[in-house]
Amino acid sequence: MIYAAIVLLPLAGALIAGLFGRVIGDRPSEIITTSFLFLAAALAWIVFFQVALGHETHTITLFRWITSGELDTSWALKVDTLTAVMLVVVTTVSSLVHLYSIGYMHEDDSRTRFFAYLSLFTFAMLTLVTSDNLVQMFFGWEGVGLASYLLIGFWYKKPAANAAAIKAFVVNRVGDFGFALGIFGLFYVFRTVNFEAIFAAAPGAAGKTFLFAGYNVDILTTLSLLLFMGAMGKSAQFLLHTWLPDAMEGPTPVSALIHAATMVTAGVFMVARLSPIFEFAPDALKFVTMIGAVTAFFAATVALVQNDIKRVVAYSTCSQLGYMFVACGIGAYGAGIFHLFTHAFFKALLFLGSGSVIHAMHHEQDMRAMGGLRKKIPWTFAAMVIGTLAITGVGIPHVTGFAGFYSKDAIIEAAYAANTPNNYAFWLLVIGALMTAFYSWRLIFMTFYGETRADHHTYEHAHESPATMMVPLAVLSIGATFAGVVFISYFVGSNEQAFWGSAIFRGEHNHILHNMEEVPGWVGLSSFVAMLIGFVIAWVYYIAAPWLPAATARAFRPLYLFLLNKWYFDELYDFIFVRPAFAIGRFLWKGGDGAVIDGAIDGTAAGVGRVTARVVRLQTGYLYHYAFAMLVGVAAILTWLTYNGLFGGALK
Amino acid sequence: MNNILSVVTFLPLVGALLIAAQNADAKRNVRWIALWTTLVTFFVSLLLWWNFDTTTAGFQFVEEHAWLGPLKYKMGVDGISMLFIILTTFLMPLCILASWVSIQDRVKEYMIAFLVLETLMLGVFSALDMVLFYLFFEGGLIPMFIIIGVWGGKRRVYASFKFFLYTLLGSVLMLLAMMAMYWHAGTTDIPTLLQTKFPPEMQTWLWVAFFASFAVKMPMWPVHTWLPDAHVEAPTAGSVILAGILLKMGGYGFLRFSLPMFPNASADLAPFIFTLSIVAIIYTSLVALVQEDMKKLIAYSSVAHMGYVTMGIFTGSQQGLDGAIFQMLSHGLVSSALFLCVGVIYDRMHTREIAAYGGLVERMPKYAVAFMVFTMANVGLPGTSGFIGEFLTLLSAFKANTWVAILATTGVILSAAYALYLYRRIIFGALEKANLRSILDLSPREVAILAPLILLTIFYGFYPAPVLDVTATSVKNLVQNYQSAQLTSAAALVP
Repeated sequence: MIYAAIVLLPLAGALIAGLFGRVIGDRPSEIITTSFLFLAAALAWIVFFQVALGHETHTITLFRWITSGELDTSWALKVDTLTAVMLVVVTTVSSLVHLYSIGYMHEDDSRTRFFAYLSLFTFAMLTLVTSDNLVQMFFGWEGVGLASYLLIGFWYKKPAANAAAIKAFVVNRVGDFGFALGIFGLFYVFRTVNFEAIFAAAPGAAGKTFLFAGYNVDILTTLSLLLFMGAMGKSAQFLLHTWLPDAMEGPTPVSALIHAATMVTAGVFMVARLSPIFEFAPDALKFVTMIGAVTAFFAATVALVQNDIKRVVAYSTCSQLGYMFVACGIGAYGAGIFHLFTHAFFKALLFLGSGSVIHAMHHEQDMRAMGGLRKKIPWTFAAMVIGTLAITGVGIPHVTGFAGFYSKDAIIEAAYAANTPNNYAFWLLVIGALMTAFYSWRLIFMTFYGETRADHHTYEHAHESPATMMVPLAVLSIGATFAGVVFISYFVGSNEQAFWGSAIFRGEHNHILHNMEEVPGWVGLSSFVAMLIGFVIAWVYYIAAPWLPAATARAFRPLYLFLLNKWYFDELYDFIFVRPAFAIGRFLWKGGDGAVIDGAIDGTAAGVGRVTARVVRLQTGYLYHYAFAMLVGVAAILTWLTYNGLFGGALK
Repeated sequence: MNNILSVVTFLPLVGALLIAAQNADAKRNVRWIALWTTLVTFFVSLLLWWNFDTTTAGFQFVEEHAWLGPLKYKMGVDGISMLFIILTTFLMPLCILASWVSIQDRVKEYMIAFLVLETLMLGVFSALDMVLFYLFFEGGLIPMFIIIGVWGGKRRVYASFKFFLYTLLGSVLMLLAMMAMYWHAGTTDIPTLLQTKFPPEMQTWLWVAFFASFAVKMPMWPVHTWLPDAHVEAPTAGSVILAGILLKMGGYGFLRFSLPMFPNASADLAPFIFTLSIVAIIYTSLVALVQEDMKKLIAYSSVAHMGYVTMGIFTGSQQGLDGAIFQMLSHGLVSSALFLCVGVIYDRMHTREIAAYGGLVERMPKYAVAFMVFTMANVGLPGTSGFIGEFLTLLSAFKANTWVAILATTGVILSAAYALYLYRRIIFGALEKANLRSILDLSPREVAILAPLILLTIFYGFYPAPVLDVTATSVKNLVQNYQSAQLTSAAALVP
């Protein structure tokens, strides 16, 4: 009951606000959806203590969904430790974002629609994490995609928002193409789509091959890679990342909830959930590690030079997701999910904090038009600094620190312990940590320090946000500060296995937990040092010598432009996918359908037409012709039947 | 109860006769009679569904009467045809309602044409005699011709001409094939023919002849080009019937004749069907992307969606066939609804050009919601009926051939692109065009038409069991026969 309540409360809120919002009004819609979410969050924490700390797991089957032959899927709620962690993350952040939105969206005319979408998103996300089979997971997966599409395009009058919404949906569909094929393949091999049954059978399929696209390939490696393609789309990993920065066209609370804390982490959740499959596909895991490491590095480089405050945080999200994938790829799922957990707090904090800045600046998002805001909006400033301390992983080694200090360091140590070729994963993540510190502090310095670059009017009227927005910031600040120190001992380390139980599977060759305990001491310090260097450079560039950024950009202009234009991925994809699709479509329409097929038909038609025109000059002449032909046919068949009936019988 | 199937089939004809007795000026009476006839037919047809036994694969509600000479009047339904009857009777009242205001000329003839068409379509799905099937199958095109030719748009002559040419070829070949089948089996009784084993080489010829007819109806690439023209010229209700029911006759034909009667030929020619299906999915999706006319875009999208159906059928598996039938039923709801949505704004602005719209959500929020639901169903979003059929057919394709599955699955990307691009251009954006500023949202009549479609689209997305339960047993039986036919022929090859 309690599980069903957690999942269905947001749905109820969405339906009430969506269907009756106009009748009951804006404020009641906001209050209903928000209070339902807080209730769901409270229940989720109860479940967390029962399931994750009490080591219970439950599966409740609700009702039948798709049944056809061997395929048998039901709507179900499966709650184990992994799900419980996700329930807590999703409902907590979602309820805070609902509350925050009451303040942030108070001038918008279609608030009820906004809250309906937010709650709908939360429902879809919860069905995703509670699924006990691949198809329901796919339902949630695409459902959050729908909500994301609707919310990115929420301000439907803005062409950029509409374009970003479509882009998000279509790029995600590219990933889902792989996910769907993975599901088809798993069903083909195991004749089921239920997790329990597949996980039980997966070891038997390890190392076996099947014919896929004409090649004999390893079953589990191929299917894991296909499934991971879905994760790459949803979690905006390298090559399929292009939609995430554009998604910032949506209202900021949406960016915090969907495009930072929850939806984009679904890919990480998927890999962890399917660890009993991935663990038997070592090559696929190597690919996961590589994509994660490259994304962590790539996105950080782009974040270095962006000027839009939300885009910096968006690329930062992309980069942090890369860290989580590296953790999963090397088998340290606990560390990956732990970073997901802490990241949800500090990244939601950074986004909502940015929203508070944007709110104060009357919808200005360009950091070049900010500066000097710390005295104007001190509480927002404090929250943003806490978020930055958390994401950059500030702490005193071996003593204590902010949330990211625990989770990111755990991943970096694990990356070292995994001993990837040339330790590439480790080094990319360490360099990534340096860049994370740089761009995060750059954001703080450009926004809050120095002389203001805002116009006089805007600066003078900059004001602190209302309580509905500040309370969520306060709660998230607490999370960003303490989530690491409180929960590290459960998620990662020697107690890890007891905490995760059967939710996460480790193959017999997975020694990552053991190896992590043997990493040399300097590794633990490396991320600390990287963080310090990043901070110092940012301080020099934006506080001590403010002329340096422009000079550096001038000196390394090609590199600067390359980063500023996000490695030119959008231009590349436009050139190789979007334009050709339209060109081919036009060619097939005019050339294929028009010239070739209709050309042939019309040629024949012209011949018939000349004859027909002489016989019947009515517009509907062809109709009579047709009816005539049919009657002749029936007459022929009757003749035939009668003939055969009479003589066929006589001849026997 | 014994002749309930005939009652359902011929009730619309009775309504047509009643209308024929009306004065041509009594438009109001004519409309109400038509509406009541179709509603009563629908409710009576629900009795069929209610009393349908899902545990048996055989034909139910069978009626048999002597007719002309050796011909029999034989009717009956099984799990494969049952729901097409419900789909037909369900869509009909919506068509009548959709024509309520937009058809003002020759209302009497229009309604008669629709009711006659309904009888003929119901006949196709319930005929158990080959000749009877042929009569209904080909006869149904006559009222459709009239509907396009008389109440259609500017190029209606070209459109019906094209339709005629395409269909003629297929019909002739199918007729010849039926003769050959009678010559071989000595009967036109469909249940008997289903038990008949035709020799493999004969199967191939018969298969090809039937294919010629069904492929045009489907329509499959490359014989699809009549469809966009027919849709563009047809009045809204005509498009609904065309997309909702008439296209399904091709798929139904494959399921009733090609697959069970010519199993060896079907297996041999499955790769050919897969190829055409994949081309249909990718090619027509790309063409849909660049359309400038709303109806054409949806028509091309229909061809792509029918590609999943043919692909699913010829996998010869439970999931493939269940999925194909589900996809046809879902498409019957969703594409009908999309054509109705086009009709809503066409009635107001008298243009189907996409560029003439933009920002409609501002003035038409209810319409925007309805259009969004159907767009998502068209895209195959899980939670809508559009997902189930697409998912099952693709699932079955993976087993048949992984390349087929891979290529066909690209359709999920392309459909998202063209459907959302259409939605954006019509609904989103700023409302800038002056003539759109006074456009009105859905009227109560339009809400009454679209609401049931929305509810069913979502209901079956979450709970498809009522449909899958009806089809399961008959499909299972068909699949078993199909597979044992392959085994027998394989055994025959071993000396």
